[in-house]
Amino acid sequence: MINRLANPARFMRSSAVALPWCGRASLAVLAVGLYLALVTAPPDYQQGESVRIMYVHVPAAWMALSIYLFIAVASGVALVSRHPLAEIAGAAAAPIGAAFTFVCLATGSLWGRPMWGAWWVWDARLTSVLVLFFLYLGYIALVNAFDEPSRGARAGSVLALVGVVNLPIIKFSVDWWNTLHQPASVMRLGGPRIDPSMLVPLLVMAAGFSLLFVTLLLLGMRAALNERKALALRLNSVPASGRVALERPVAAQSPIP
Amino acid sequence: MIDDVGHYLAMGGYAAFVWPAYGVALAVLGGLAWHSWRRYRASFEALEKLQREFRTRR
Repeated sequence: MINRLANPARFMRSSAVALPWCGRASLAVLAVGLYLALVTAPPDYQQGESVRIMYVHVPAAWMALSIYLFIAVASGVALVSRHPLAEIAGAAAAPIGAAFTFVCLATGSLWGRPMWGAWWVWDARLTSVLVLFFLYLGYIALVNAFDEPSRGARAGSVLALVGVVNLPIIKFSVDWWNTLHQPASVMRLGGPRIDPSMLVPLLVMAAGFSLLFVTLLLLGMRAALNERKALALRLNSVPASGRVALERPVAAQSPIP
Repeated sequence: MIDDVGHYLAMGGYAAFVWPAYGVALAVLGGLAWHSWRRYRASFEALEKLQREFRTRR
């Protein structure tokens, strides 16, 4: 069942249908989210209007963590099953995760300056998210460091799985250490401790970011499948005598129709 | 009216932090979307070109 769904040719067909709808949905939900965040949401009684940064910062942080988890799961599947779609999914998700992590760090810095009086502090939460950003960059560099896509994907998968240890550190850093960063107020035991007038815009922005992630993921995966197919075609079309020059024929190893 | 807009844009004195935060998000995510779209289109064009060459050679 899963093998049938995860067939690359099948994926190309179904994603072609899903892609435009995901794109439209993400634009629509983000437009609503921005309106709620910038217009209808009330100013905070302590932080004033600066609290509006939260509607970008917090969903971006959620995306940074969940996309890393997505890459780790895809890496596990890729290492066990060597399925080309799992390899491609991890590699396509990484730049999106890195972008959200950067947005989280930059908006956090812009929020920290007026609220804490500092652009940056080396406390546990901020430092562990910075490490997450470097993990993303390392993963991207490693995946692209090999001529043969599958080898790069395998090397990257190992790094991604080792880096998972950073996720609980980020999540619980605000409880384990004394930090400037406030503890969780939405994803906590006992339910969110935040007023609905702020929670709703936050969740709508998070939904918009998630849809944007799916859209960009499908775009990236479809592009990567095309690129792998083109590479296989190019290597196959090299005459037998010319093939000696190539160290490893890739076409034989990537089971893409 | 103009005062209202100015009041809104001032963001209670936090304009210098709120607007850049939204600007960074828009620039980074918009840039990524634009780049992804370019790569997506290029991958189809390159593949079609190769397939055409492949067919004519045979």
